[in-house]
Amino acid sequence: MTTTQQLITIGIVVLGTMATRFLPFIIWPEGRRPPALVTRLGRLLPAAVMGLLVVYSLRHTHLVGGDHGIYEALALLVTTLVHLRWRNMMVSIACGTLTYMALVQGWLTFLVGLAGLG
Amino acid sequence: MQTTQEEAGEVAKPSGTILGSLAAAFPRTLPIMAGFLVLGISYGFLMTSRGFPVIYPLAMSALIYAGSMEFVTVDLLMSTFNPWGALMLTLMVNARHLFYGLAMLPVFRGTGRKKPYLIFGMCDETFALESADPHPDGTDKGWYLFFVTLLNQIYWVGGATLGAVLGNLANFDTKGLDFVLTAMFLVLFLEQWRQAEARLPAIIGLLASLACLLVFGPDRFIIPSMVVILAIFILLDFHSQREAS
Repeated sequence: MTTTQQLITIGIVVLGTMATRFLPFIIWPEGRRPPALVTRLGRLLPAAVMGLLVVYSLRHTHLVGGDHGIYEALALLVTTLVHLRWRNMMVSIACGTLTYMALVQGWLTFLVGLAGLG
Repeated sequence: MQTTQEEAGEVAKPSGTILGSLAAAFPRTLPIMAGFLVLGISYGFLMTSRGFPVIYPLAMSALIYAGSMEFVTVDLLMSTFNPWGALMLTLMVNARHLFYGLAMLPVFRGTGRKKPYLIFGMCDETFALESADPHPDGTDKGWYLFFVTLLNQIYWVGGATLGAVLGNLANFDTKGLDFVLTAMFLVLFLEQWRQAEARLPAIIGLLASLACLLVFGPDRFIIPSMVVILAIFILLDFHSQREAS
């Protein structure tokens, strides 16, 4: 690919991405009320999208073969339990992430790495 | 009648300062900072290790600003020139932004000159934070949304640039640190769960996406998931409207 072709490709990706972001706002600018159905869907979608994003961020987990996603499952469980108990976003996220890192790196490597930071 | 609900809610809130909006936005973006720096550094490093100059990851992270699409674009640039293919792939990978736009139509209303930037910078993580609470107490809504968007973009572009310039120099083993974004989505999902009326849509979103992932595989499940979610919501809506009348 020549440099010009590379720049065209990047430009197309930028335009395509922006099309997906701007389209709803172009169809329904501030002066124009969306149909009631669209407004109701807009209220339901954030909750559904959060479920989609959880699945999306885990999409490369191998349920069949590998470690069968056991590390992911454990880290998700820790995140959920900590969040239900203390309801502090940062604490829940930190506990879940540290658990996951310790599991995929091995506890010993992980602790040595943490100690090396200090 | 129902369209005035959110406006009535907005009027009741006292307007906060610019600084108060930044102070509210920054701590909420910290998990995103951790995740974006790690992913951004690995993206920048990937680009320069494939022989691209530093300006490429810098410009791509700033202008495309959609993480997974930027990784896909590395492959596009390494293969033969195919503009239509690139466009179709972009639209498929990023179609979920259409949902974000639909949900944010009333939220972004009245944000004036900041609005184009709020739309431009609406990535997954920014949308997740903003839709969970678009207007925390003590903030000005427009400025709060602006700072969440801006801080997240700074983390991403900063990470990509760092990775491109310095390479993979982290001697601290960051393997697994990208789980921070998964954990954040899960926590925001659990927070949605606290609102009774959000439980059904939350569970529909989770199960529909999971089913589509199993059927279509990791590279093709997003659009089918969106279609299934929309179809179920429209059916439920049709049902409840008929009952109400």
